[in-house]
Amino acid sequence: MNALFSKVITVLDTEPYRLVVWVVAIVSFVALNAAYLVWVERKGAGRFQRRPGPTEVGPAGLLQPVADGLKLMSKQLLVPAGADSMLFRGAPLLVMAPVLMSLAVIPFGRGLAAVNLNVGLLMVFALGPINLMAIMFGAWSSRNKYAVMSAARVVSQNVAYEIPMLLVVTTIAMVSGTMDLNQIVEQQSGAFWHWNLFRVWVNPLMPVTFLIFYICMLAETNRAPFDMVEAESELVAGAYTEYAGMGFGVFFMAEYANIVLGCSLATVLFLGGWQSPFSFMPGVTWFLIKMYFLIFSVVWIRWTFPRTQFYGLLNLSWKILIPVSLFTLILSAAMIKMLRAPS
Amino acid sequence: MNALREIYGGFKSLLIGMRITLGQFFRPTVTVRYPHQSLKMPPRYRGHIELVGNPETGKPLCFVCKLCERACPSDCINVEGAKLEGDKRKSVTSYKLDFTKCSLCGSCVEVCREGAIRFSRDYNLAGLTKEEFLLDLVKRFQAQQAAVKAEIRNPKSEVRSAKSELSAEQKPQGQLAGAVKDGGSVS
Repeated sequence: MNALFSKVITVLDTEPYRLVVWVVAIVSFVALNAAYLVWVERKGAGRFQRRPGPTEVGPAGLLQPVADGLKLMSKQLLVPAGADSMLFRGAPLLVMAPVLMSLAVIPFGRGLAAVNLNVGLLMVFALGPINLMAIMFGAWSSRNKYAVMSAARVVSQNVAYEIPMLLVVTTIAMVSGTMDLNQIVEQQSGAFWHWNLFRVWVNPLMPVTFLIFYICMLAETNRAPFDMVEAESELVAGAYTEYAGMGFGVFFMAEYANIVLGCSLATVLFLGGWQSPFSFMPGVTWFLIKMYFLIFSVVWIRWTFPRTQFYGLLNLSWKILIPVSLFTLILSAAMIKMLRAPS
Repeated sequence: MNALREIYGGFKSLLIGMRITLGQFFRPTVTVRYPHQSLKMPPRYRGHIELVGNPETGKPLCFVCKLCERACPSDCINVEGAKLEGDKRKSVTSYKLDFTKCSLCGSCVEVCREGAIRFSRDYNLAGLTKEEFLLDLVKRFQAQQAAVKAEIRNPKSEVRSAKSELSAEQKPQGQLAGAVKDGGSVS
């Protein structure tokens, strides 16, 4: 039995099968997370407001995502008159694709990544803005002026937050000296103060860079308190106004998929990925614990703070986050120059 | 420096907010799961009126003086009665309440000398037709009496109703207690 098992593993590790296995694994990971994070969100929202959350469909409401999915799928997919139907239909596909592609380079455990790319970090950030482009396409092609206005807001928001995020990531790349996510995690091995989050001897502002990264991640994934894209209590659905049924559902799922991606990236870059201070559980478990803690914090933040106003959002980015992240970048550059012996 | 202080102060207040919400997260929920549970109405809640029974005989106290019928500003009460053999007073045979017209002003309860009617604590009233709100209070009273008797005869059901405490408060037990209390004032 064991021999058979290891043989199956060896076969699955050869090229064409390996690809299929990883595609299936990542797609199902993203889809399950997207579906069940909705449940987590609703349960979390309930608990934060001292309500039980969904309870009716299945035990503890666990079948709620299934019911939601069925409901959305039974709705008619409408393409508004005069809309660019190809772009309109294509946008939901385009919004999901970059997340799936980016997750290919995320190392979930030691050697547990679909692709060991030595510029993995670069690839994630190269694909990231496609998601933004897809939202813009969706709004633009739906021929709805309110959707276009929302899309304009999305673009300015995401561009504003892309800058501090990239500056922070550059700091990490400089400190680590590599863009390979596997190596970045390897460098954080050992006790928890080796995690990038606590490596204050490399750069005393490391915890601040983590905060900036996390805030930017919230803004990039259009989460509260920066959810100007959808703003469900004020706008109809912002950029997704014209989408019905599963078209909207896919945008909605992409938001959660992006949160998964953002939180796993934060785990890899700052919280030591699969590394753990104790050695009693496999690395994947630690990775998932850290990632889901960050995701829980996303929900926690959403149900704590009210939505910011738009100028407040841009002020935060341009007046605080960008100067601070630039400062940390320069500081770590100076520290690398001065503290490390020239090799 | 001022800007830094502002950032620090703002960040600290955000953390305080997050601590408060996390504290709420771990505390028990406070909602009533409505279709499964319902709230116990306070004693002075005004539902539609209902007949009060005499705890000794188990019959309505009402002797069809029709004061309530006359007091009603919306003309929604219709009481009929008959004098049974050996009784000094009439007893009520039909007490029709048109709840679609009733505004719960309470004139009927106020005017009743015997304390034979009172506000019920029913609030889960919903229906698809108007006829569902043409209530026959005598039938309702008889149903309540039967339920009370069943409760006494079969204590098992009492255990069950104690379990679903919130919803059970509405039903027979409360009525029985109310009837005893109100009946005490009758000579």
